[in-house]
Amino acid sequence: MKLDNIYKEEKKSAFAKLSEIIITMASRPSGLIGLSILVFHIILAFISPYIAPHDFKAIDPTLMLQAPSAEYWFGTDDLGRDVFTRTILGGRTALTITFFGSLIALLWGGLLGIFCGLVGGKIDDVVMRIVDAFLSIPWILAMLLIVSLLGTSTEVLIPALGFFYGKGIVRVARAATHDVIAKDFIVSARARGHSNFSIIWNEIIPNVRDAILVEGAMRWSWMLLGFSSLSFLGFGVSPPTPDWGLMISNARGLMSFAYWAVIAPIVGLSSLIIGINLTADAFAKALGIDRSTKAPV
Amino acid sequence: MTDIIQKVKNLSIGFRSKKGEEILILKNISTNIKKGETVGIVGESGSGKSTLALAMMGYVKHGLYTIEGECQFNSSNLLKMKSKDLEKIRGRKIAMIPQNAGQALTPNLKIGYQIDEALQLHSDLNEKEREKKISELLNKVRLPSPETIALRYPHELSGGQQQRVAVAMALAGTPDLLLLDEPTTGLDVTTQAHVLELLNFIAKDTGTSMVYVSHDLGAIAQVSDRIIVMYSGEIVLEGPSRDILKRPIHPYTHGLLKSIPKLSLAGLPESMPGSQPQPGTIQSGCSFFDRCNFSDENCKNNSPKLEFLKDLNTSVRCFNYEKLVNESQASQTVNKIKNKSQDKEILNLSEVSISYAKQKLLDQIFNRISDDNPTVKDININIKKGETIALVGESGSGKSTILKSIAGLLRTKDGLIRFDENRNLSSDLKERDPNDLRIIQLIFQNPDESLNPNHTVEEIIAQPLKLYFGLKGEELKKNIVDLLQKVRLGEFYTSRYPRQLSGGEKQRVAVARAFAAKPDIILCDEVTSALDVSVQAAVLNLLQQLKEDFGTTYIFVSHDLAVVRAISDRVAVLYQGRLCEVGPSNDVYKFPSHPYTEVLLGAVLEPDPDIKPKLVAEDIVEERPPEKGCSFQGRCSRIVGDICKKEIPPWQLTDSGNAIRCHIPIKELQKEQF
Repeated sequence: MKLDNIYKEEKKSAFAKLSEIIITMASRPSGLIGLSILVFHIILAFISPYIAPHDFKAIDPTLMLQAPSAEYWFGTDDLGRDVFTRTILGGRTALTITFFGSLIALLWGGLLGIFCGLVGGKIDDVVMRIVDAFLSIPWILAMLLIVSLLGTSTEVLIPALGFFYGKGIVRVARAATHDVIAKDFIVSARARGHSNFSIIWNEIIPNVRDAILVEGAMRWSWMLLGFSSLSFLGFGVSPPTPDWGLMISNARGLMSFAYWAVIAPIVGLSSLIIGINLTADAFAKALGIDRSTKAPV
Repeated sequence: MTDIIQKVKNLSIGFRSKKGEEILILKNISTNIKKGETVGIVGESGSGKSTLALAMMGYVKHGLYTIEGECQFNSSNLLKMKSKDLEKIRGRKIAMIPQNAGQALTPNLKIGYQIDEALQLHSDLNEKEREKKISELLNKVRLPSPETIALRYPHELSGGQQQRVAVAMALAGTPDLLLLDEPTTGLDVTTQAHVLELLNFIAKDTGTSMVYVSHDLGAIAQVSDRIIVMYSGEIVLEGPSRDILKRPIHPYTHGLLKSIPKLSLAGLPESMPGSQPQPGTIQSGCSFFDRCNFSDENCKNNSPKLEFLKDLNTSVRCFNYEKLVNESQASQTVNKIKNKSQDKEILNLSEVSISYAKQKLLDQIFNRISDDNPTVKDININIKKGETIALVGESGSGKSTILKSIAGLLRTKDGLIRFDENRNLSSDLKERDPNDLRIIQLIFQNPDESLNPNHTVEEIIAQPLKLYFGLKGEELKKNIVDLLQKVRLGEFYTSRYPRQLSGGEKQRVAVARAFAAKPDIILCDEVTSALDVSVQAAVLNLLQQLKEDFGTTYIFVSHDLAVVRAISDRVAVLYQGRLCEVGPSNDVYKFPSHPYTEVLLGAVLEPDPDIKPKLVAEDIVEERPPEKGCSFQGRCSRIVGDICKKEIPPWQLTDSGNAIRCHIPIKELQKEQF
């Protein structure tokens, strides 16, 4: 058969699939930029403790609010600490906490959404109303309450952030499931007598996975912003651990004469968020979930 | 030459693949459309017929581009025109009627408003004149009481009426050329015949040229003066429609006509091997080479040119057409199917009613359904082991609903479904045990939807094997390969995804999955209607072969009476969820028959210009079955009187064992209406 040569696309290993997706993402300028920023931040998070030129918690009153120089590249803050050192270290906690937070959000939000989409009826109604109710609570207030009751340790922050950011994923996963369950292959699986679990695992997840992963990637960047807001309000990372939100909060009063202390963490935070957003967009396009199809002319 | 209104010259359209190769969708097409002529463009999906039709109004789909050639309309090339100039031509000079009028009409605007919009754009009439013109147009497309139709919204009309509105809108600009892209494909048989008849009338009445694009040779035969047959982006045959249908001199058309089931012939038609090549895969030689029965070495290496034969007034792209010229008519041979049914009864439906009515709170508490006029009512059918019984009817006749109930996807309201005389299957999925589910398997209409796109063929077929028989490892693999061979697919298909298969191959995988459960009964829901004509016969033949090998019973649902004629032993005709006629298929297709069967049979379109459809009943669509009396009273042209409106007609038996439910005595029914 001649067709064989064209359709040589055989079943690929997960690794081959992933590398293909990454190559497709990088083939677009926006995807390449996003990926590079994200990879840069991740590498930085790993190696920053070893390359930091100064001690991040060394307070020196004689060096208070120094302008950027050859010794202190980004200047120093109001306690005389090196801003460059603190900036490159400042993303570590945020990245770790929000990464695991988004994983938790993806897991519970995705599974609950798929389950609700599949079973429908009363269970779906009740669960979705509860989710709606949570959506109407300002999350930052609820977070403040949780943090003030349970403390600001990582064990509290990760599940709490994961919970609050998973609500949106429930809706997305449920909508994606609704698209799939009307298809005949689900009817066919039902008619054969497969269990709900088997239908979710074999038939639905492979078809909604992409949409949920993309949504999760977007949530990651939002969660990063949320976490930094907590730090900014003083409920995130506790000093002296360097953190962008905290650094912005500390330096913002001195912005008019020591702008460097506030600009450096802002650049760090916003570049990471932009990087994640661009990557998520490129990821969606590489998976074929393109939301910007052109209308016919 | 002034009578040519559209001239397509050396047109090639294609796209660039990821590797940068130029892949052609249309290859060097040249043809002319004359004034007042109706040209049918026929081909399988992917043959480029729609791309050609769209190019004729200066539109090239996103992602495709014109490689060379032009489409001349009034001696200006549409493909190079600016969009400002195109606007003046589209709608005014060239109008398009889309396939799905329901989607083409704006849902939130009244019909009259939408037609008025077209009139404002394409004519210089003032308000009063436009008002008159709207009812005139609606009258012309034979919509009842135009004044009320104009005030309705698209969703308030039936499919056929929506299509008529689309025709009226297209006529608003009094175009010189009408492009019709599969305008009747989604419609019911009777509606389809009516719409085609209307199009014929309009072509004669207004003198508009039409280009009719369809995969359905039956429809094309009814409307066109000239036929263009396309195959993988090329014109392979072009000529007067009668000659092409009566004496097809290209092997593709020849095979195609042979593979279409006909009403007049019981039995399965010959199938054509293979499927159409994907664009860009043919490097040298004739594109039809590997499916052709008449090919030789020459065809493999050289591609034939389109040759004009003066004495036949036909253009053909084939080296060996002479072999076919002498064959007077595509003589059709069919494999008569043997009735393999045994006396043993396998499935019995007695007094089955099914309702879609929503349960009220009280009904939910008592777990009952109260609906006096359910969607499906009084279904009594005995199905014998090994037979193929077909349920036919238009959309809304309840045929798929009955299938769903048998499969357990839908609860019955009343009545019993019994398997093997003693097992009760009236319950739904949750209450059936795995073995009850195994014995009944489903094959769906559209294999694109029934196969999980993220599973390989192996995973798809493994599902029932793992579920019902708990197979693992080597044994599982062996069974999968076995099943694939039974549906004539090789072992190398196991690692492919559905998107890498052609339509016919996908349906074969679906068939293999159904047979994997070793079922006693297979429910086939319109299994061939999503397939190309040339593939349809192959799938039907495969189903028949498997049935003979395994002794399976088929319940076959279809709206296509010719397909049903080809494969079934017994036919049950349904209207509005009520049985009209049940009997051996040979007898159902002969007189005497129920008035509704007569309507259905009359509306079948055959690829033969001499057989015209008979339009007996109006193509009204009824929303709900009537509460009292005969289900067909609303459309019947042979109503005997009040009795039809009050009493449910009795079953009458003919000599040949055919049961008809009608108040008209058998002897009366025997008389043909025409």
